This record gives sequence, C-alpha cells and structure tokens, in this order.
Amino acid sequence: MSTTPSRGPYIAVVTNRNTNLVIRGFMLFSIGVFLALVLNLLQVQRNVTLFPPDVISSIFSSAWWVPPCCGTASAMIGLLYPCIDSRLGEPHKFKREWSSVMRCVAVFVGINHASAKVDFANNVQLSLTLAALSIGLWWTFDRSRSGFGLGVVIALLATLSTQLLVYNGVFQYTSPDFLYIRSWLPCIFFAGVITMGNIGRQLALYECKRMSGKTHQD
Amino acid sequence: MTVRERLREKISAAFYRHGLLCASYPVPIILFTSASILACCYPLLRLPLPGTGPVEFTTRVRDYTVPSHEPQGDLGERPDWYRGPPVAYIQQVLVKAAVSPWDSTLVPVDVFRSPLGRVFSLLEEIRNHVHNDGLEALCLQVTDLLPGLRRMQTVLPEHGCLLVSPGNYWQNQRELFDSDPDLLKTVHQHEPKGLHTTATLRDLLFGVPVKHTGVSLYSRKRVVTYTITMVLGSYDARFLSSLRARLRQLHPSVNCSLREDQMVHVHFKEEIGMAELIPLVTTYIILFAYIYFSTRKIDMVKSKWGLALAAVVTVLSSLLMSVGLCTLFGLTPTLNGGEIFPYLVVVIGLENVLVLTKSVVSTPVDLEVKLRIAQGLSNESWSIMKNMATELCIILIGYFTLVPAIQEFCLFAVVGLVSDFFLQMFFFTTVLSIDIRRMELADLNRRLPAEAGMPLPKPGPLRPREAPPPPRPSPHTITLQTPAFRNLRLPKRLRVVYFLARTRLAQRFIMVGTVIWIGILAYTDPAGLRTYLAAQVSEQSPLGEGGAGGLPPHLGVAPGFPGPGGDPASTLSVLPAPAEPTPLPENQSQGHHGAPRDVPLQTQAPPLVPQISWGAEDEEGWRKLSFRHWPSLFSYYNITLAKRYISILPVIPVTLHLSPREAIETRHPQDTRHPPPPSLKTNDLPADLTLYKVAALGLAAGVLLVLLLFCLYRVLCSRNYGQNGVAHGRRRRGDLPCDDYGYSPPISEISPLLLRGHSMDIECLASDGMLLASCCLAGQIRVWDAQTGDCLTIIPKHGLRRSSSSGCWEQRDGWDAMGVAEPENLGGGTEPGGGVFDEDEGYPLRRRTTPRPALFENQPDLTPLIDTNFDSQPPSHLLLTPPRDGFDFGGLVERAYLEHEPPSRSLGYIQPPVPQGQGTPDWESAVWAMELRGNLIAAGRSSGKLELWDAVEGSLRCSNEDGVSGITALAFLNNRIVAARLDGSLDFFTVDINKPLGLLQYRGPPGRSNMPPSPCYSSEDVISCQLTRSVQCAHQKPITVLRAAAGRVVTGSQDHTVRVYRLEDSCCLFTLQGHSGGITAIYIDQTMVLASGGQDGAICLWDVLTGSRVSHVYGHRGDVTSLVCTTSCVISSGLDDLICIWDRSTGIKLYSIQQEVGCGASLGVISESLLVTGGQGCVSFWDLNFGDLLQTVYLGQSSDGQGVRQLVVLNNAAIVCDFGSELSLVYVPSVLEKLD
Repeated sequence: MSTTPSRGPYIAVVTNRNTNLVIRGFMLFSIGVFLALVLNLLQVQRNVTLFPPDVISSIFSSAWWVPPCCGTASAMIGLLYPCIDSRLGEPHKFKREWSSVMRCVAVFVGINHASAKVDFANNVQLSLTLAALSIGLWWTFDRSRSGFGLGVVIALLATLSTQLLVYNGVFQYTSPDFLYIRSWLPCIFFAGVITMGNIGRQLALYECKRMSGKTHQD
Repeated sequence: MTVRERLREKISAAFYRHGLLCASYPVPIILFTSASILACCYPLLRLPLPGTGPVEFTTRVRDYTVPSHEPQGDLGERPDWYRGPPVAYIQQVLVKAAVSPWDSTLVPVDVFRSPLGRVFSLLEEIRNHVHNDGLEALCLQVTDLLPGLRRMQTVLPEHGCLLVSPGNYWQNQRELFDSDPDLLKTVHQHEPKGLHTTATLRDLLFGVPVKHTGVSLYSRKRVVTYTITMVLGSYDARFLSSLRARLRQLHPSVNCSLREDQMVHVHFKEEIGMAELIPLVTTYIILFAYIYFSTRKIDMVKSKWGLALAAVVTVLSSLLMSVGLCTLFGLTPTLNGGEIFPYLVVVIGLENVLVLTKSVVSTPVDLEVKLRIAQGLSNESWSIMKNMATELCIILIGYFTLVPAIQEFCLFAVVGLVSDFFLQMFFFTTVLSIDIRRMELADLNRRLPAEAGMPLPKPGPLRPREAPPPPRPSPHTITLQTPAFRNLRLPKRLRVVYFLARTRLAQRFIMVGTVIWIGILAYTDPAGLRTYLAAQVSEQSPLGEGGAGGLPPHLGVAPGFPGPGGDPASTLSVLPAPAEPTPLPENQSQGHHGAPRDVPLQTQAPPLVPQISWGAEDEEGWRKLSFRHWPSLFSYYNITLAKRYISILPVIPVTLHLSPREAIETRHPQDTRHPPPPSLKTNDLPADLTLYKVAALGLAAGVLLVLLLFCLYRVLCSRNYGQNGVAHGRRRRGDLPCDDYGYSPPISEISPLLLRGHSMDIECLASDGMLLASCCLAGQIRVWDAQTGDCLTIIPKHGLRRSSSSGCWEQRDGWDAMGVAEPENLGGGTEPGGGVFDEDEGYPLRRRTTPRPALFENQPDLTPLIDTNFDSQPPSHLLLTPPRDGFDFGGLVERAYLEHEPPSRSLGYIQPPVPQGQGTPDWESAVWAMELRGNLIAAGRSSGKLELWDAVEGSLRCSNEDGVSGITALAFLNNRIVAARLDGSLDFFTVDINKPLGLLQYRGPPGRSNMPPSPCYSSEDVISCQLTRSVQCAHQKPITVLRAAAGRVVTGSQDHTVRVYRLEDSCCLFTLQGHSGGITAIYIDQTMVLASGGQDGAICLWDVLTGSRVSHVYGHRGDVTSLVCTTSCVISSGLDDLICIWDRSTGIKLYSIQQEVGCGASLGVISESLLVTGGQGCVSFWDLNFGDLLQTVYLGQSSDGQGVRQLVVLNNAAIVCDFGSELSLVYVPSVLEKLD
C-alpha cells in the first residue's frame, strides 16, 4: 500500500528488524545458559555421586561466569549461522522443523550424558566415540558445508581460549589427559555449535517467513 | 535398470501388498500385534519395579562369612546383590538411661543431663576396649568431610574412626558438656531451619528417632535413649563379642531378651537426588517437546489426537518390547532405564509414523481406502527403508566402540528399531486405515445433510429462465434445532467427549485424586499422621480407661510405639516388662505389686520410678529411622551406598540407672531455671509440629503435581488463546472444528443460505432486521425477506413496467431484462469507474458529476418555489425549522400541489397506479448508498439524486434531486435522511407521510422508532421528501463515513476531521480533530459511544456529550477499515489484516488476531462475546473473550471466493454478507455461545 501513512509506534517496535534480532539473541542466550547449567551439573555428577544439600548451591556459586559466557557464545553462534547462510546465498533447507531441532538438542544432551556417565576404558576411546557421535550429529541434522566449517573453527577457537584460561590459572581441569587438554572438549564444543546453529536457524526461519509474508502482502 | 532401482521397485511392491493386507484385515492384525506386544513384554514382569527403597536380607551372625564376589551357585533365596564385602558394618550400642527413683526435688533437665553425661565414659570404654588390636584397627577410617559441609565440621568426626554418638555435640569432651548451660539449645542449633524430612543431624547422632530419645523437658517417661554407632570397616567376631560381654558386664540389662543372632544386610538402590534429577527432567522436557512438535504435524485425518496417541503407543511399546526381548535373551539391563529412555525415543523417533501418515493422506481421496493405504505405503517405502538402514548402520558403528555401556545401549536400540518397524508396519498402518475409513464414512454422513440443505446448483448461464429455483427448504431446520435433536445426531464418541468437556469431569477427577493422594501421603508417611494417631491412642488410652478397654495398659509406659510393621507378637513380648521392673531393691516391691490394674493409676501422675524396658522394637531400632539415614551419613564422607549394601549387626543393649544424687551433682547451675513441666497438653507440641510439616509437604507436593498435570494438559491441548499477533490459520475446508479446541463444539452445520439473483457484484447492503435490500453494480435493487431469504421485490434497471407483485418468481420480466442487459452492464459497471465505490479506499477515487437530466417534463416547475441555493440563505432560517414545520414545507408547496391536482407533482410524490415515466427513476447513475427503514428504501445515486422506494412493492415513492454531487453515504433515522455528498456537503431531508384523506386508518405518528416491528408505510400514503437543510461545506474534502444514532449524525471525511451534528436541527455540535489522516471508519451507538478510525491507523474514542477525546491509540499499519464496539471493548480491523480488540474504558489493547492476507475488513458483533469477520469466501466466528476461532463458515463451493466486503448483523442472530454477486445469509446457532 503506497498510501500507508505513519505507523503506530507499537507495531513498529514489534516488527522492527533489530528488535527481532535482540529477541532472538536473548532466546538463544537463555537457552545457552540453561544448557550450560544442566550440562555442568552432569559433569559434576561424574565426581560426586551423591549430593548432600550443600553441594548444589556450591555448584551454582562457583565459576559464575561460565554460564553467561556459554550463553553469549551460543547467542553469537545462533545469530551467525543464519547470517552466513544468507551471505552464502544457500539457504538451509535440510529438515527445517522444530521436531528435528528438538531431536538435535536431545542428541546433544545425550552426548554430554554419555561423556559424563559412561565409563570408558581410556581417553582415546572416549574422544573417538565422542568425535564419531558429533560427526553423526552433524550428518543427521545439518549436512551443510558451512555448518561444518563454522563448527570446526569455533570448536578449535573455544578449545584454545579454554586452554589459555587454564594456563592463566583462572580455570582448572580435574585431570588434563592429552597435551594438557581434555580431549573430549573439542567434540563437545563442535556438537554444541551445531546444535545452537540449528536452533538459531530455526528461529531465523520465523523472521524469514514474516518478511516474505510482508513482501507478498505488498 | 540398476540394482538400486530394481531393489526400490521390489520394496515398493512389497509395501503395496502389505498395505493392502493391513487395510483389508484391520481387526485380526491389530489383535495379532497386541498379542505380540504382550508376549514380548512378558519377561518384564520379572524385572524389579523401580524404587529407591532399600532391600533387606537377614543372615545369622554365628556362621557369618564375608560373601565372595563370584556368584557361587544358587544359594536359596540369597539375593544377587549379596556379593563381596559390604561397605561397612554398623554396630550400635543402644543406651537406655534413667534417673531412678525419681525425686520431686529434681528439675526436668535432670531427666537427660546425667544420662547423656554417661555417654563419655561409655565412649571411653569402647575406644579403649582391646581384644586383638582394638577398635582403631577395625573401624571404618574416614578421611575428610565433603567440602561444603563446614558447619558439620565441629560435630561429625573429620578423620579417624567413624564413631558417632550424642557426645559429638560436645566434641566428645566431658568438660564441654559440663559447662554447657543449655543442652537442648546445643542440640537444636544444629538442626536445619527449614523443613527437613530425611535424616537430620540429631537422628544421626542419637541413632534413634527424635521422639524416642526422651531428651526433652516434657518427657513423661523420663527414660533417655540413644545409641553409640560404630561403623566398622571389617568384621571381627571375637572383638565384637568381647565388647558385648564387657558392656553387658558393666551395665547389665536384666530384662533384656533381645535377639543377638541375626545380622541384617541392607542394600540400597540408586539414589536420585535433586541435582541428578535436573538433567533427567531436562531430557524429558526435550522429549516432550519433540513429541509435541512431531504430533502437531499430523493433519488431515479423522482424529488427530487418536493418531498421535497411536504413534506414541507405537514408540513406547517398541521400547518395552526391546527391553523385554533383551531380558529374554539373558541381557540384564544394567543401565538406568529412566535415564536412557528419552534418548531411545529420540533415536527411534516418530518420523516414520508421520511420514506414513502424510503419504497416505496425500493420496487421492476418491480412491478406495485399501488402495490409498497401499499407495501411500509404497510411495514412502524407499525412504523408510533408507532411513532404517542408516540408523542401523549408525548404531552398528556405535556397537563397535566396545564400550560396554554404549554397546548395551546400541543393542537395545537395534532391537527397539526393529520392533518399532514391525509395529509401524502392522499396528500403525492398520490404525491409520481404520482412521481413514472412518473419516470417509463420516464425510459421507456429513455431506448428505449438507447437500440437502443447499439450494440446487445454479441454473446455467445460458438458460437462466428455464428452471426457477424451487422454494428452498426452510433454513430454520438448520439453526433452530432443539438440543435433543442435536444430541441424536451426534455420534456416541462425541457425546462422551462433550459430556466430559461440559462437566469438566477430568479436571474434577484429577482434583479429587490429588486430595486423596495427599491424604494417603500424610497418613502413610513414617513421620506422619498414622504414627501420630497411634501415639495419641496409646498415650490416651490409660486415661480414657473404659473406652480403650482392650488395649494393654502398659502400652502407655512402653518406650516407643509399635512401628508400622509392628506385629502383635512384639507387644506380647513386652508384656512381662512391667512385671519385672528395675532390679533396684527398693523398687522391687512396688514393681511386683504393680498388677496390671494398678498401672493406670501410676501413669496418671508421672511414674515415680522410670521403667526401662526392652522390647522387640529395640532390636532393630534403626528401622524407625529414615531409610536415608545411612546413605546420608555416608554421603557426608563422599561414600555412596547406591547399589551397595551395609550389614547391620545386632545392637548391644546398655541399661543405666542413675541415682538422684548423681543427677543433682552433674547439674549445671542454670538448669534449675527451667520452668517446671507444664500441663500434659504441651506433650503434643512436637508431634503437632511434625503434623504441620507433613501437611505442608503434602500440600506442596500436591501443588507440584497439579502444576505438572496442568503443563501436560497445556501441551496436549494446545488451546491457543489469541495472544499478540498469533496467526490463526484459517481452518481449511473439511477440517474439523475441534482442531484448535481440544474438544469440539457441537458440530451444528452452519450452512449459509445463498441469495442469488444479482448479476453483478453487490455494492450496497441495507437491512432493518425484517427486510434486506441489496444493490448491485448493475443498479438493480433487490429486496429480500431476512428471515427466509426469499426475494420479495426487484427494482430493475430497465423495467418498463414497474413490477409490483409480491413474489420473487413472478418477476420474469425483470429477470429477462437483467439477463439481456448483463453484458453491457458489465461494461457499464467498469467503465464509469468513478461511480464504483471503492471499498478498499473507503471513499470514491474520482469525482464524477453527472449532468442533471431533465426528467420532470410533465411536472409543474417548482423550481422557483425551492431555492436550492442554500448558501445564500441565512442558515439559521432552516436550521431552526422544527420537525412539525418541515412537515409542510412552506405553504408554497402545498399550494402548488393543489393547483396541479391530478398529476400533481411536487418534489416527491408517487401514487401507485401511476404510469411509468412519471416516477422517472434515474437509471443512468449508479446507486452509491442505500438505506432501508420500514419498507422504504432510500437510495443515493451518483447523480446526487435521492430516491425513496417502496420495498415491498418496488415502486418509487419520491425522489429528490436537489443536489448534484453524488451521494456517498446515507443515514436514515426516524423520519430523517441525511445524505453526505461527494463535495463535502451534508443534506438533511425530512420524510413526510401524507395520508390520503379518504383513508382513515391512521397508523400512528409519522415519526416512528427506527426499528419498526412491521412496515408502517402503506402504499396509499403520499410520501414526500423535503430538503430541510443543506450544509454546503460540512467538510473540506469528500465525506467518507456517515453514521447516525442516538439523535446524532457523525460524519468523517478525508480532511482528517469528524463532525457531530444534531439530527433534529442539523446543528453542528463539534468538530473533532485528532486524526492525522482521513477518517475511514466511525462507530456510534445508542449509548453515545463514538469511535473513529483513520488512515493513520489510529483509533480515537470520543465523548459525544463534551466533544473531548477519551483515548487515542495506534493499532494498525495502514487504514482502519472497520470499527465495532461492544459494552466492554472496541474491535477494529485494518488493512494490515489485523483485528485488534481494545478495552473500551482504558484503551489498552487486549489482544489482536492476525488474519490471512487479503481478508475482508468487515466486522460484526453478534453478541457480547461473539464476533464475526468476513474473509476470503468465508465468514469466521470468534470468541471475543479469548480470541478463539470458533468456526469458519465457507460461503461458496469454491474456496477461491471473493472477499466478504460488507457484513450486516441482523436482529435474529443472522448475518448477511455479500459474496460476489450473491448474498449470503448465515444463521448463527446459539450453540456457539458457550454453555458455561
């Protein structure tokens, strides 16, 4: 409609692209924080089998900056993926459904669960299994080259930064096993990147739909 | 043909045959699958039920050896967890101490101070007992308390032997104990503040439940009980027996007959703590979300939820089958089932099921069910097989990781996948075939009455006159069904559902269940009501002697109450206790005298001699503790008991008798300050507290359960209340209305009644409740009966004779003319585009001034009588003309009338039998506005001419052509007509009814209410229409909206202003400014509410009495196209296809409904809670309270209908809307109003 005059303020706010971006970022952030808390709990369980009531509070209080960091990272990743998709001009078409995304998240939590609960004979086995599982995750739910590349890059970067933190003594592994790196860390990071990217793409799909609907209407 | 293609073909053919099979014999196949599911699940019966309660196994002490790790044959009932050494051996020394004889000089604190003080010497004794190598070598050495338990540090031993006793409160130092002014406070300060049901520190140290310790100021029995708990790492029978002998020698327990030959091994299941639960709950939430998102996609089937249920059943039973099969072949599940279950579901997935459904549904509907199923199956066969193979491959890879846990998971998953495939192929396919068959039957059933209710197909365009449509069956049968009749029509299943929905049976059932559950919880809780009640009974029975006749009176003295598992034997074994009391000589006589009859007398006052008795319940005193007692003790040292066991050795009884002198000696100076024991009532205080605790806990648990169920309910029945911007997809044709619902409203077939006859698009629509007038682009006006939909009158465009009969079907001539004139009408309708009232814009795009035709040849020229140039006249002249005066517009007209007698023509006139041509209706110009009151149709034409037609007879009653500018809007209120013109002027007309003198049936005053029950103008009346006032420059720009109600006329214009006029004197009351765009919609009703909407998307609410703006809100992008108010809210629709509902008093947006693109902008309110909107070929009914889509009624056969542009709500809960060239009359059954 060419005659459409000034819009109402409320509508303008909701449909603003930036606002939408912020909303998406916030959702991704909270998902990231939540997953970080839960997965951290899983990892802690590996060492402490029973939880006297005081342990829970100590978990939440120690290293308070880890969940926000994870949240920020996941927000960035979740926004980056659809952005790169649109830059490359190859929109992601593979399995764009919420059920598939849920499946992906469940598998991701399962990988963490396995790494925390299952007793492996040695660390090489653990790392290989996790790597296979992560690649399987990518193959099942993503299958895009850009996703794979981004996942690998981010996983390496994240491992590197964690390592730097450890060197500076901010953070401590319980037992470094392979070149002073917990060998399963990159795999977990990779799976996490794929998962968050999947969620981010699915969220971005809503905006795409709305945009296309608007142009259609015009 | 490659191998792949051949394979594909073969698979496809096999699936096709399988589909045929399944659809042909549904019942046998379902029976077969159910049987196989049950058979596969049978081995599950042998698995232990999940639970966290500990399991016990008792062995004899005498020939005890540590069990070996290897299972050594079958040793009777020995459980399989009884292997290897236990985590620890528990040796408890049970101390019962009393000050005796009780002296009246003693203070309450004496009851426990000196008995507790003896613990230190006992500890000393135990620690220093040396047989082979002493306690230090045997006991479980602990190293460190768990970090985070700092507050326990002072109490629990931090290193060395794990030996706990009440002495730990004072660091096992006698001096600290002696200098402690308030023992109770010391004990209490370590108690957790909040509710704590499991083992507290006090339980841990005392080793007996709090109630039984007797460490209280109000203890009536004055016996203190506590234990010294030794946790031994290894078992040395000789050390233990020598310790036992030593303690017995030091502190003999005369009447003790505790068994000492049995040790109990307690095996603990895996504990699920809060922290462990969080990841588990997360995975389950993800699982539920997955299932929800998956089943949401099932569409186009008869029963969506039925199929979703079938899908979930398929997956679950395949899991059960896999577990069952694995157990059958000797694979004992070591994994925690609850933990891996969500992952298994996710791996197996619901995808195949959904793919199958989609594929089957997308096959052509007219095929036979069998063939549909078969075709759908074979279409998807390749992808199903491919997926299956991929998943198997992945799992196989997982199997070769050689990690036992993963291998086991993979094994389960493989069996689960295969059984899932089996179930999909047999169970789900069959269910699907049944569902599809039912849907087709249901469709058939539904189609029949619907078609019966529809009019016959339209006559072909070529021969329209051949078959005039027969009289329609009465539409009332559709709408006015009695409830009984409606019930008869409903299938049984739906009736059950409605019953459930109406009575909210499920909700109530859940509520009652919750209450019962809470009750049971409170009753059976170990610390709960039952024990409390038992305590009450046993305490009060000696007092109420007669009432509790059967009860052994000594129960009041027995320490502790028979636990829940207490059998009669235990009470019997206590019987000798009072008969053989303490061995002290001075009490001997009294004890012997104490015949059972005397005991009540004794207990009425606190007994002078506290009696220490040993009963069977003391044998296993640890049973009365929380079953988390031992796990929590060990967990403080980071030792888990999950899936392990401990061995509890028989207790060593120690009886201590202290003399009053000793008690007084150990007294602390502050002890005497304590008040004497108050009345017996306070006894109940601690018990009461427990009761409250349990009640609070139960309540919290109940609330949690209800919340959980509520969440589940919301997930299952996703009832979308209209939130902001929620896109309500319009229901597709053929969908059941229950989709958005959870339960469906009674499907009363709202079938629209199509009123056909217009040849072109309908432009104007007017109704007064009884009649309905419509005008199409061709200029033809048709009058319909609003009740029956019969066409009453046709006012044709080119009729040479005025059709003046009553029935629709006698209007052959008009029909003919119309049919012939159709092609040129089309041209004429589109060419003078200026005449077309563009609904989207809300105002005419172009002005078109038609030259005023000279029509009144044979009439007296009255032009000198009437000065149309109102501008030059002082406005006050006419403005103040009262209505009565307007009745005869000056004497001039009257006179002219008389002069011109036989064919007397004035401004308006017409006598029924007047030859054609005298009425001179203006056929050249299009009708732009139309109003209907009584039986008068007021039509405003593009030429500026106002015509009044008799609706029943179709005759032109009068016309007025004072204005030259086209009439864009009309309002007809009382006897006034207000016409808004294109040039922004506003004309007020008065309609006069002059009764012919010969006719005396005066029907009442001419000024009538605006809603007459029946038409009041008779055909004999002479009706004249006089211009009373013309406001030349009402607005600067064309008037777009005109509304009249409550004696006010409100106009809205392109010039951004709204003006309010008084109807009776045409006086402009207010000019309302506030919009920043042209006015596009106005609403005013009898309650003087005025709402206006403009092109700026703003909606203003005004106070008509003061002219002030009440609120001003922005709600739409683009024009506000329509506005309606109810008593509580304002409803607006805009060009952005959004319908917004605002609170009328506050102006806050309640919610909005996003409609499909291109939906009509027409709105109507049927009742306070029922909104109707027009859409593309359909009308939708919404529940205003929640924004629910209630029903969508499709108007035509084809879904690509035109949008509904106009929508009029009639009085009898019917709505009329235009639908291209047809009108649609939709009766709204009152069923849509919710019952509750």
